[in-house]
Amino acid sequence: MDLSINPFSSGTRLRDMIRSIRACKTAAEERAVVRRECAAIRAAISEGDNDYRHRNLAKLMFIHMLGYPTHFGQMECLKLIAAAGFPEKRIGYLGLMLLLDERQEVLMLVTNSLKQDLNHSNQFIVGLALCALGNICSAEMARDLAPEVERLLQNRDPNTKKKAALCSIRIVRKVPDLAENYMGAAVSLLKEKHHGVLISAVQLCTELCKASTEALEYLRKNCLEGLVRILRDVSNSSYAPEYDVAGITDPFLHIRVLKLMRTLGQGDADCSEYINDILAQVSTKTESNKNAGNAILYECVETIMGIEATSGLRVLAINILGRFLSNRDNNIRYVALNMLMKAIAVDTQAVQRHRATILECVKDADVSIRKRALELVYLLVNDTNVKPLTKELVDYLEVSDQDFKEDLTAKICSIVEKFSQDKLWYLDQMFRVLSLAGNYVKDDVWHALIVLMSNASELQGYSVRSLYKALQACGEQECLVRVAVWCIGEYGEMLVNNISMLDIEEPITVTESDAVDAVEVPLKRYSPDVTTRAMCLVSLLKLSSRFPPTSERIKEIVAQNKGNTVLELQQRSIEFSSIIQRHQSIKSSLLERMPVLDEANYLVKRAASMQATFSSVKSAPAVTPGGQLKLPNGIAKPPPAPLADLLDLSSDDTPVTTSAPTTVPNDFLQDLLGIGLADSTPAGGAPSTSTDILMDLLSIGSTPAQNGPPASNFAPPGLETKPVPVAPQVVDLLDGLSSSTSLPDENAAYPTITAFQSATLRITFSFKKQPGKPQETTINATFTNLATTTFTDFVFQAAVPKICSSLFLSKSVFQFINLRLDPASSNTLPASGNGSVTQSLSVTNKQHGQKPLAMRIRISYKVNGEDRLEQGQISNFPAGL
Amino acid sequence: INFVLLISRQGKVRLTKWYSPYTQKERTKVIRELSGLILARGPKLCNFVEWRGYKVVYRRYASLYFCMCIDADDNELEVLEIIHHFVEILDRYFGSVCELDLIFNFHKAYYILDEILIAGELQESSKKNVARLIAAQVGILTFVELILENPLFFMINL
Repeated sequence: MDLSINPFSSGTRLRDMIRSIRACKTAAEERAVVRRECAAIRAAISEGDNDYRHRNLAKLMFIHMLGYPTHFGQMECLKLIAAAGFPEKRIGYLGLMLLLDERQEVLMLVTNSLKQDLNHSNQFIVGLALCALGNICSAEMARDLAPEVERLLQNRDPNTKKKAALCSIRIVRKVPDLAENYMGAAVSLLKEKHHGVLISAVQLCTELCKASTEALEYLRKNCLEGLVRILRDVSNSSYAPEYDVAGITDPFLHIRVLKLMRTLGQGDADCSEYINDILAQVSTKTESNKNAGNAILYECVETIMGIEATSGLRVLAINILGRFLSNRDNNIRYVALNMLMKAIAVDTQAVQRHRATILECVKDADVSIRKRALELVYLLVNDTNVKPLTKELVDYLEVSDQDFKEDLTAKICSIVEKFSQDKLWYLDQMFRVLSLAGNYVKDDVWHALIVLMSNASELQGYSVRSLYKALQACGEQECLVRVAVWCIGEYGEMLVNNISMLDIEEPITVTESDAVDAVEVPLKRYSPDVTTRAMCLVSLLKLSSRFPPTSERIKEIVAQNKGNTVLELQQRSIEFSSIIQRHQSIKSSLLERMPVLDEANYLVKRAASMQATFSSVKSAPAVTPGGQLKLPNGIAKPPPAPLADLLDLSSDDTPVTTSAPTTVPNDFLQDLLGIGLADSTPAGGAPSTSTDILMDLLSIGSTPAQNGPPASNFAPPGLETKPVPVAPQVVDLLDGLSSSTSLPDENAAYPTITAFQSATLRITFSFKKQPGKPQETTINATFTNLATTTFTDFVFQAAVPKICSSLFLSKSVFQFINLRLDPASSNTLPASGNGSVTQSLSVTNKQHGQKPLAMRIRISYKVNGEDRLEQGQISNFPAGL
Repeated sequence: INFVLLISRQGKVRLTKWYSPYTQKERTKVIRELSGLILARGPKLCNFVEWRGYKVVYRRYASLYFCMCIDADDNELEVLEIIHHFVEILDRYFGSVCELDLIFNFHKAYYILDEILIAGELQESSKKNVARLIAAQVGILTFVELILENPLFFMINL
């Protein structure tokens, strides 16, 4: 080996490498050293160097710990493991555990070596293999090697036994089916004296209980007695130096046994009763002045809470927690809070007694304790204590750490919403939270607040005045600004004129121009989120109608945003300016107060959107684009389901023509389609719900009006305009939708009419619709001769109106009704009603739901060779055709 | 116990042992997150940090933070004892252990940890027994140690 040429060849000692890495001043130097070392190791690997393999691997482990890639050394681990000697194996297994994890396929290659080593005569080599298997084995390896490990549980060496027991834990975790194979062995290990074996066996039993109910039952029957004995022995034991921790003999064994007892006693009264005494003994006897003792007490309390303990025992447990809670040690307080969370399910009253202390913990300097305590307070809130608790929390919000405000705000809002008994209290709390932590309030929370205010007409005056005052004091809290600005826009006159004062209020003096000031300030303040500023513009617009004298000033403020680079603001500014300037006459009706928001509907949607966001986080995101556009137009709607939105749209914007008495869900959609045909702009009002359904709708609207540009604006650039005839597409659309709605029996819905009657001829129409095709009607016409002579050469002709009143469509289209006549059953009509001729007509009303059917008819026939002609108009078609 | 970490006050990793599967990328991320979380905590605070639904129990010894990640319903106080147990054994083995011992003899620290924990579960509550087992294996190992230290000493197979 040529050491003189390259000082960093594989000749460097591990120690030297570590030294030279530590000597590096910069990260770049360190990388250079590591690169050189890795290069040397790679070279040694490719040469198949045997002598330094173990050292190279040790170096690689160090390099790996520094975070550099070392995958090229993985095979070296396997080679070392396959070597015969203990030293190579030891470092090989260490490398295996360090450099690989169970998901790497290389690991499969080691199964054979592991199997050999598990059967080795040297206990240390067996120990190495068990340790490696226990730490990184995969499910496949677990299956392959489970028999070896099972056998080693009966080995005479206690150190091998304990390792085999822990290795079995990993195996059972990976392959729970194997649990039953280990039950017997695990129980017999509990009879051992060696603490290492006992502790491992107890843990194995706990794992078996988790993996299989059969094992749980078996262990309930067979190991309880042993466990009680172990616990009694260890807790009564005199000083045992080998296992002593702070005066307690083997706290680890204590805790593991208590844990297993909890698993066995859970939901089993007999087991619980059996261990009652020993639990009482341990919880009274254990010293609580050291951490080790407290750890045991903690586990003991947890076990008592977990099993079907007697009430006396529970009191004991709660008392221990009380002691913990008043302890000065933060660790102890933390675990006490943690335990109380569980105790609350068992004994709420007992936990309520500690409320004051818990509330103090919410204000602790330690974030871990604060979080725990806050969770606990949240669980403790009920109708009787909600007011004082909320007050405490809100007071604390004022002084709490910035990091903690988010959690705290979310919890307070949740409590306030959940337990609010009167609206005034709810409003007061929300206003305070908004003032103190308005930057942390979630959108759905302040949206809900607005909905509530909109519904509480008697409190609107109070709200707007309170918010105005809060805005003066805490103008930098984003959500406060939004809510306040919205309220001022809606209820500005209540602010200025002190309308609907509550008894508790002092009148305030706010001029109209003060109110405008309040909205102007946040508009001018820069903020990256346009929502607030957009809301300010809406609010100003509304104020310009509420306070006519300020109109000029508002016009100027609004106009300042005409050149804004944010499209939304620019557009609002320009449009609003034009409303203020040019549409004085309609302004007041345009800017009326918002109608009362539907609270129930909001709550439903809120719940749904929460669920939607929840599921979209979990699965592939099917986010509605409406949700991303954070620009509430005064009403803040969470992104609703596309279909619901579509329906909403139709109910808001349709000039309601649903005269049909048989309004079924799909009629609604038909209305929508009607709009799409009559007027190609309506979808522009839809809050960017570019769902497929709406797309279809747009393309329907635009196809017939191919010459007219407006509709195509709304289609995204990538959308191809389908040059398909309109009717089938409409039908398809409805097909898709109506399949989910139940259709009424359409045949029954339309009565037969007498379409035409003269002295000699009667025509009756009966109607039939294909399910799912509401536009198409099949008319069955029956002709009856009322005269005494037979009609021959009978011809029935029908025509539908050609002129369509819709301005948009009149140029490009077509009759809005299509008519097709099938051949008549005969052209001879016997006299005196002795038989009739039938003929069927297919009518497609493309403006179904909007325009009623109408038809002109002409009948020609011969009576005794003489031509007769009759004509008429039918306009008494039943509604809904 | 899901994993064990030893981090220096400067945020350097001194030992990592993963008992649950984490990819290399996740490991780096976990270490970065946790050192940010733990190193920033003041001295009087409790030794537990809640993190991603788990709890990390840590304890500082001189310049080193010993951290163990456990499930939410495990006994935090006991894990503190396990950490101390581990430190005491290291201390006995190295004779008042310091960070440098663990840097240059990192593999030995791993061997010791492997005698205390397997599959993230406690294996041995007797410090003496761990010391005995380690010593017994060192006896066999002397050869390897010699070769690690001395490049010219060649391997003798047992």
